[in-house]
Amino acid sequence: MAHKTIAQLSNELQTKKISSVELTQLFLDRIKRFDKQLNSFITVTEEQALSDAKKADEERSKGNAHPLTGIPFAQKDIFCTKDIKTSCGSKILDNFISPYDATVVTRFKESNTVLLGKTNMDEFAMGSSNETSFYGTVKNPWDLERVPGGSSGGSAAAVAAYLTPGATGTDTGGSIRQPAGFCGISGIKPTYGRVSRYGMIAFASSLDQGGPMARSAEDLALLLNVMAGVDEKDSTSIDKPVPDYTQTLNNSLNGLRIGLPKEFFESGLDNEIATLIQSAIQEFKKLGATIHEITLPNSGLSIPAYYVIAPAECSSNLARYDGVRFGYRCNEPKDLEDLYKRSRSEGFGNEVKRRIMIGTYALSAGYYDTYYLKAQKIRGLIRQDFVDAFKNVDIILSPTSPTTAFKLGEKTSDPISMYLSDMYTIAVNLAGLPGLSIPAGFIKNLPVGLQLVGNFFDEARLLNAAHQYQQVTDWHTRTPEGF
Amino acid sequence: MSLTTTDVKKIAHLARLNLSDEDLVTYTAQLSNILNFVEQMSQANTDSIEPIAHSLELSQPLRPDVVTEMNERKEFQAIAPQVEAGLYLVPQVIEG
Repeated sequence: MAHKTIAQLSNELQTKKISSVELTQLFLDRIKRFDKQLNSFITVTEEQALSDAKKADEERSKGNAHPLTGIPFAQKDIFCTKDIKTSCGSKILDNFISPYDATVVTRFKESNTVLLGKTNMDEFAMGSSNETSFYGTVKNPWDLERVPGGSSGGSAAAVAAYLTPGATGTDTGGSIRQPAGFCGISGIKPTYGRVSRYGMIAFASSLDQGGPMARSAEDLALLLNVMAGVDEKDSTSIDKPVPDYTQTLNNSLNGLRIGLPKEFFESGLDNEIATLIQSAIQEFKKLGATIHEITLPNSGLSIPAYYVIAPAECSSNLARYDGVRFGYRCNEPKDLEDLYKRSRSEGFGNEVKRRIMIGTYALSAGYYDTYYLKAQKIRGLIRQDFVDAFKNVDIILSPTSPTTAFKLGEKTSDPISMYLSDMYTIAVNLAGLPGLSIPAGFIKNLPVGLQLVGNFFDEARLLNAAHQYQQVTDWHTRTPEGF
Repeated sequence: MSLTTTDVKKIAHLARLNLSDEDLVTYTAQLSNILNFVEQMSQANTDSIEPIAHSLELSQPLRPDVVTEMNERKEFQAIAPQVEAGLYLVPQVIEG
């Protein structure tokens, strides 16, 4: 039962083969049994889960069933949950009990989804391996000596090991897609503004976007149906109708124009990954798609531009952690400056400090034009590359990452090598476009992710293409040994 | 772009962070490497390019000027490190 998709579980609940309380207990038991190895949860909300499940069963018996009613689910610990610890993977928020719910959390509550707990993540979502979490590294269920990716590594590992049927993630530079790829699951980063950021702890506000992670494109569609939509509490959320993403999953791909950015197939790509991606391209051809070479000439500048823009926004956003209103405060501060400095120095980890300092420098007097303004201009170039490409194609296909999951500790001493693991995902955030990752094969028993990028608000087409691919392949159904 | 330890000390102060002498050396090297890496941006000719802060051309939406927020001081102060009589306490700033 634990190995079923959300769509299948929803059907089991509907036909009364299992109750939500039983299903919830099953996943709570699996978390107890397996999470000591994986460390994918920061907080398990057992009591809340069982009471949510009881309520869901009552709603179902009254005939008030939403497809997600009674489905156990996990929230990345970046989403504020009222009366439940929300740490963002940081010591500075280790004692933070949120006084309110994020809009995404409210929406899942309204559909009577069951909250199993809060998943581990890189501190403030800054990282590509989950190794920067104050709560310790998460392990990849496919190989416990390897990283699950990051920053939504806890969500990815938990879904891959069947500790939850689905989870939320957030993606600022690849933080949904890269861990989905490394853990062999499906994940979508929607268009910027499609999902409310209210109550989603800010890292880089012009890039951050929440999205679902699950085991199939069909499940992503069910979850995105709940998450997407304008929110008056987030003035950057977009007031545009949300389609029912499940309605177009079975559309034919006949005539779908798929673009392959030549820059993403050149240097730095593992040969075996390239071969697997070619096989996926053949599958899409068989499904009726046509393949076109495209160019994204400025994509090589996306990582440098990102590592100015994201730290600049982070240095501003994280100024709020001052030891005064909430979060960690140092012991016996001798004056206000000491209070600020020691609370922040003791509360933040190294990667967060690095990014705050890079951002502070990039925004400081005399350097603003060289770094921040230049990066924002490059962002304009990158966006234009995509706008030009989408004149001729409907979807852009590439690997999600240049390698499979790397070993724990392999990249921690060299921040730049860690940054480069997001080389195919970052440009998508700078342009604000939707992108998803789905499993496309294995190399030495490690999953390989395939990235599909769509035009603005074209999530339905991405999910349609991914679903059709999952009808003719079974990579997304593979189970890591022992789970 | 190579930073000196003096530069990094100043940046840390602006960001209200303390760095130990040992950390200062490590961060100076790491931040210099990152700045050298982002220096690649100078290769791109952006003379005629408008900077964008955001990829969708958005304007801030307006709403009717009515009260929508309630006073939740009690809830918010319940999670504060130190409060007294509805006020947040910090070390004394002005000499008495």
